[in-house]
Amino acid sequence: MSERQGLRSLNYLNATVGLKSWLLTKDHKRIGILYLIGITLFFFLGGAMAVLIRLELATPAGDLVQPDTYNRLFTMHGVMMIFFFLIPSIPAVLGNFLIPLMIGAKDLAFPKLNLASWYIYMIGGGFALWAMLNGGVDTGWTFYTPFSTTFSNTYVIATALGIFILGFSSILTGLNFVVTIHRMRAPGLTWFRLPLFVWAHYATSLIQILGTPVLAITILLVAAERLFHIGIFDPALGGDPVLFQHLFWFYSHPAVYIMVLPAMGVISELVTAFSRKRVFGYKLIAFSSIAIAVLGFLVWGHHMFLSSQSVYAGVVFSVLSMLVAVPSAVKVFNWTATLYQGSISWDTPMLYALGFIGLFTIGGLTGVMLATLGIDIHVHDTYFVVAHFHYIMVGGAIMAYLGGMHFWWPKITGRLYPAFWSKLSALMVFVGFNLTFFPQFVLGYLGMPRRYHAYPEEFQVLNVMSSAGATVLGVGYLIPMVYFIWSMRYGKRASSNPWGAVGLEWQTPSPPPTFNFVDSPTVDHEAYDYTVRPGDQKVA
Amino acid sequence: MAEHVTPIRVYILVFLALMVGTAITVGVAYLHLGPLNDLVAMAIAVTKATLVVLYFMHVRHSSRLTKITVVAGFLWLAILVGLLLSDYLTRGFLSS
Amino acid sequence: MSSETTTRAWGLDHQFDSLEQQREASFLGMWIFLVTEIMFFGGLFAAYILYRWYNHDGFVAGSHELDVTLGAFNTAVLIGSSLTMALAVWAAQVGRRKLTALYILLTIALGLVFLGVKVIEYRAKFEHHLFPGPGFEWPGPEPAASVEMFFNLYFLMTGLHALHMIIGIGMLLVLAWLAWRGVFSPENHNLVEGMGLYWHFVDIVWIFLFPLLYLLGRNAGA
Repeated sequence: MSERQGLRSLNYLNATVGLKSWLLTKDHKRIGILYLIGITLFFFLGGAMAVLIRLELATPAGDLVQPDTYNRLFTMHGVMMIFFFLIPSIPAVLGNFLIPLMIGAKDLAFPKLNLASWYIYMIGGGFALWAMLNGGVDTGWTFYTPFSTTFSNTYVIATALGIFILGFSSILTGLNFVVTIHRMRAPGLTWFRLPLFVWAHYATSLIQILGTPVLAITILLVAAERLFHIGIFDPALGGDPVLFQHLFWFYSHPAVYIMVLPAMGVISELVTAFSRKRVFGYKLIAFSSIAIAVLGFLVWGHHMFLSSQSVYAGVVFSVLSMLVAVPSAVKVFNWTATLYQGSISWDTPMLYALGFIGLFTIGGLTGVMLATLGIDIHVHDTYFVVAHFHYIMVGGAIMAYLGGMHFWWPKITGRLYPAFWSKLSALMVFVGFNLTFFPQFVLGYLGMPRRYHAYPEEFQVLNVMSSAGATVLGVGYLIPMVYFIWSMRYGKRASSNPWGAVGLEWQTPSPPPTFNFVDSPTVDHEAYDYTVRPGDQKVA
Repeated sequence: MAEHVTPIRVYILVFLALMVGTAITVGVAYLHLGPLNDLVAMAIAVTKATLVVLYFMHVRHSSRLTKITVVAGFLWLAILVGLLLSDYLTRGFLSS
Repeated sequence: MSSETTTRAWGLDHQFDSLEQQREASFLGMWIFLVTEIMFFGGLFAAYILYRWYNHDGFVAGSHELDVTLGAFNTAVLIGSSLTMALAVWAAQVGRRKLTALYILLTIALGLVFLGVKVIEYRAKFEHHLFPGPGFEWPGPEPAASVEMFFNLYFLMTGLHALHMIIGIGMLLVLAWLAWRGVFSPENHNLVEGMGLYWHFVDIVWIFLFPLLYLLGRNAGA
């Protein structure tokens, strides 16, 4: 299939025109783009909250906003970033777009369900947005009881409802992926020939299926308590607020793996493509993904060490938490070994991948520190925790997301973006990120509590550094918006395989035709077979 | 794998077993068995549920993947309940 | 396949390579959804286990307020509806269009009987001030809060279960209509099978709810 042919002929973008053809599409690639629009909107909304937070924290006094307002800012920042940006981001945009392509299928198993997932996502987002526009919620994204059920005077139920609805979107996406990966692989594509991106999304989907429903019932219980004044979590009425925490964290800990596993899947793809070398320890990485998904369900109590949870349970959760770090570390070692003696190219996606490896390692190690009971007593609810999870979520997941977007952008849009600006923003993101969040480790260790809008004078220097870093980071995020949009009109047209990478998605034009492949492929080689020159691939 | 058609006779037998199980559950509830009461009630419920899963829901003749999926669901519920109770049941260990 | 109607039976969706693949995907997909339902109800079961341990006497007292006869009757009705649903799937498997629709309608009828009994039970609870919230009254020796916790869980669990039944009945109505129109065939009756799985799951939830809620402490003397 000639590369030029793909551009001039019908592809999934121009095959049909008009708003209705997009809003009623069953094409997984178009649905991925619909999700892209949604999550980008929520990213910038959540980012706006962050700007205000960092502005307030540039001075020790609480002088920018009221304390009550500050509570709403960090709550909405968390809710939007976690539920409406990070959780969907890589799976719903890149996963939706790429998984059928990577396994040689025409679409996911349930295309109509896929479209429904997007509508459900938007409706859930609508509720959260409505709540935000009406003053937001002040409970923290963790909705701890009895404050959320009894005392908060904000739109808890509307926000919780938005998250409840979003949960269905997450579940349906996971369901679709699991069935697709099990039942729709191309002939010859055995499990151990799958790209690691697919393994990662399979593991993620398991978590979405098994964990999200528990969040759903927890949210229902909070709403029921608020509406009907029943005492499931209210100590005054015989309920137990710690039960809320157990049920909440049963989902919300695995949720962080929903956010990071797809990111790791992206990194596996980037590292191999830009070292032009097969992934070292493919099976180890594949099994580690599953191990992280399973073990991730056994550690939730490490969020509750100081909540009056039994010390013995605390010990069990602490040990299990250290165990879950092992498969993550295995991946980092394997990626590093892949880089070793590889033929490295310093393209933008690789810059993000390298950034991920370093920053995720720091984030992960500080996670092990937090899992240590003695340390956690000291730094619980301080900025140390805030820094830890931002290293994983921003230094890790968001960088992987951006790396993935930069890698697959030519495939998705058929256009290239300017290398200078993309590399510059990658650098700005890396520098800005570290300047923002490294000081927060120190602040936390020195005792600055999280979720406070005012702090003692002696913490100001570090806070100013953090706010300055946030400015650089913000600019680093804005620049890609500009050149990505620019590229859609003016970017150089991309060939089917501009990076010379190996994988079924690179064997079809950029952008792909609606039904992905002209002839359904068969697979007879391992996933990252860089000994065979791309273009020599057998496509049946 | 071609679809297996369960004979109607099997459905009727399972239905009768479920009805008998229900009757036994109610009857046993009125006997004095101490802690065994709960155990027996749950054992019967699990048996009834298993019959429904295997025969009414065709899992007996479905793929290994389906069977693993079913087991995983109940296993995960056990993880939730088990680890949750591990907190509450061990709180009293330290004498204060 | 033969059909007296002019409606064409559903065939192969474009993303699948064979009817076999489509059927297996559909079956697996519905089971995965049911796994999410296990975890969804599971949260309530976890809360029940914990609170029953904390409030044993209150739970026993609350359970005694429930009518075992009505509960047992409803259990039998629901199990019966599972039988009719399984027979509906059988009828679709062998291509009996009208019989499929009939069995689905029977399932709906039994489901409505179940819900009717629940209305009777709920009304009795309201009248005896046993609905949780500010209107709850408990004159007995057990602490009111502990008995109210039983009723919190009673209404939450049976309420969520009833909601699933209502949604299920709605979907079965559509299913019956589709079956009557002849869209199902031995080659593709995945929707009937899928709805069957959902309905049996709702039955299984009740199989556990009945002993846990209705049969507590029935062996207490007098």
